[in-house]
Amino acid sequence: MTATVPGPTVRSEPAGERATSATATVDRRRRRRVVLLYAGLGIALVVAALVAGGSGQLSIPINEILGSIAHRIGLDVGSMPSHPRGEYTLWNVRFSRIAMAVIVGGSLAVAGAAMQGVFGNPLAEPSVVGVSSGAAVAAAIAIVFSLRFAGDWSIPVCAFVGGLVTTLLVYALSRSDGRTEVVTLVLTGIAVNAVAGALLALLMFVGDTQARESIVFWQLGSLNGSRWSYVVVVAPLAVVGVAIALACARSLDLLALGERSARHLGVNVERLRIVLIVVVALLTAAAVSFCGIVAFVGLIVPHLVRMVTGPGHRVLLVASFLAGALVLICADTVARTFVAYTDLPLGMLTSLVGGPFFFWLLRRTRRTSGGWA
Amino acid sequence: MSHPTTSSAALTATGITLSFGRRPILDAVDLQVRRREVLALVGPNGAGKSTLLSVLAGDLTPDQGEVMLEGRSLGDWKLREMSRRRAVLTQEHRISFPFPAVDVVRMGRAPWRGCPEEDEDERVVAESMSTADIEHLAGQPFGLLSGGEKGRTSFARILAQRTGVLLLDEPTAALDIGHQETVLAHARGQAAAGAAVVVVLHDLSLAAAWSDRVALLHHGRVTAEGTPREVFTAPLLSLVYDHPIDVLTHPGTGDLLVLPDRRSLMSREETA
Ligand SMILES: Nc1ncnc2c1ncn2[C@@H]1O[C@H](COP(=O)(O)OP(=O)(O)OP(=O)(O)O)[C@@H](O)[C@H]1O
Ligand SMILES: [Mg+2]
Repeated sequence: MTATVPGPTVRSEPAGERATSATATVDRRRRRRVVLLYAGLGIALVVAALVAGGSGQLSIPINEILGSIAHRIGLDVGSMPSHPRGEYTLWNVRFSRIAMAVIVGGSLAVAGAAMQGVFGNPLAEPSVVGVSSGAAVAAAIAIVFSLRFAGDWSIPVCAFVGGLVTTLLVYALSRSDGRTEVVTLVLTGIAVNAVAGALLALLMFVGDTQARESIVFWQLGSLNGSRWSYVVVVAPLAVVGVAIALACARSLDLLALGERSARHLGVNVERLRIVLIVVVALLTAAAVSFCGIVAFVGLIVPHLVRMVTGPGHRVLLVASFLAGALVLICADTVARTFVAYTDLPLGMLTSLVGGPFFFWLLRRTRRTSGGWA
Repeated sequence: MSHPTTSSAALTATGITLSFGRRPILDAVDLQVRRREVLALVGPNGAGKSTLLSVLAGDLTPDQGEVMLEGRSLGDWKLREMSRRRAVLTQEHRISFPFPAVDVVRMGRAPWRGCPEEDEDERVVAESMSTADIEHLAGQPFGLLSGGEKGRTSFARILAQRTGVLLLDEPTAALDIGHQETVLAHARGQAAAGAAVVVVLHDLSLAAAWSDRVALLHHGRVTAEGTPREVFTAPLLSLVYDHPIDVLTHPGTGDLLVLPDRRSLMSREETA
């Protein structure tokens, strides 16, 4: 038999139509907001990338950037960068750095959104719960002991394994009765970050001067020295991670109802969780491998996006990627131009903004849920 | 009782025994849920009603015994397939993110993605919302709804799933008297159209009015099973609920009325 029970036809037609028109209004409004957001983010990304490409010690006017891009894709229009090192700087220093910013920002934001979905908690984020530092410890091990078992991929592979182990650990420690309470999550994060910090200190102690410097740079987080060869290594991780997260978007929506109800709707909750934990580790590794710990992007970005689009994960994940990329391009441009001739650490900058934001979010969560639930 | 026709049973539980730690919660429970029938599960707090429903839904695996859905053991079903056959309304309604009510109802359509039935989605959602009387709440975030509105929204989500087996844990818990009646009348209507419905209820008069059969659960056992008139007798209910209870017949409608006898309690209070 088919499982569709015919059921008595439900009430009279007008009632049904009333419902349809009410939901249609809700949908229409939301669709308009989403389209506006996508368009806004798209335009902002292009503008930010052009501005970032042009600014720095060697400033390149936008028309020259456009000319250079046109030239590269085979169009002979516009003027090329006039400075002798302009073309080289643009393509080998700035654009690779912008590409890295897109990957790191997007990955962190998507990782944050996915993690919040799995934990059912808007405060979950790779750096808050210590996944970033876990990945950093593993990567530091690779640096200190000069592990080269997988060539350029060695550090990302280590970061991935470290991130995965930490995510699983946090997950196992902070859940009870299929729920993660805010207190437990935050305290678990403190504990994990403390241990990871100690391990990093230990590694610095054992490492030689060069390793020590790399680790310090790591903890601060920076896009300085992003080369195309690095971009090529982390891009696949980010693409795979984001693609899998997107494929899970609908199940994540259902998971918001709680594990039992999600199961009743046909979601294999256990498998979904494992898959997404791997995705979070993958994306965190992509972000952390070469750029170190850039905190709070995964917390702030999905939260702001949710305010505009609502919590539906398909739109949330895509918009978070775009917004995360945008935030990091902007933050990085500020970091390297704010004080002339110095590259401020990016991680410091995001934490400076993210810390207070986290606190605000914590207070708000407490207020709306009537306690530390 | 005379109901040997297993073929009409949509859901059968045999010899369900379950304990949490050392504490026995369900003890050799047998239950048959048949098509075209509303089965009310009643009993005092902590009797094991929700636990039994979890077992029937496949959330909990019993220590002993087996649950069969449409003749197949629950373990042999794929989750997705099962979600097209049975829907479950849980006792608590929580959500982690502020989805609007209409999206929550739409989640009930998730099992049908990729099936021909998917084309019906919007119509079914609209119908379910109108049945549960929540059209005016469509855009409200679920978390901000009142207790009863949450209950009705969840009920609409269950209806949108369009399944032949419905497991409802206290669907009337937070509802006003009017909505209690419409919700149960609709469950009844679903049964009339061929569904098998299990509903946990605390209001025994409601159970008497809307169910075909009642199973009275007490300390994890089915103490009595049968038509409301067979099960709801003053001595049995008084014993199980440990409180004096009267069972009357409404002089006008002939409905069964189950009422607490308050006299002893009042005199006890007065002497105290
Ligand atoms: N996960 C659990 N671990 C331990 N004990 C549990 C668990 N879930 C339920 N119990 C216990 O099992 C007993 C039966 O619980 P159940 O929720 O089935 O009761 P109920 O009949 O639905 O009660 P109510 O009418 O209050 O909803 C209760 O005493 C409860 O404390
Ligand atoms: Mg219960």
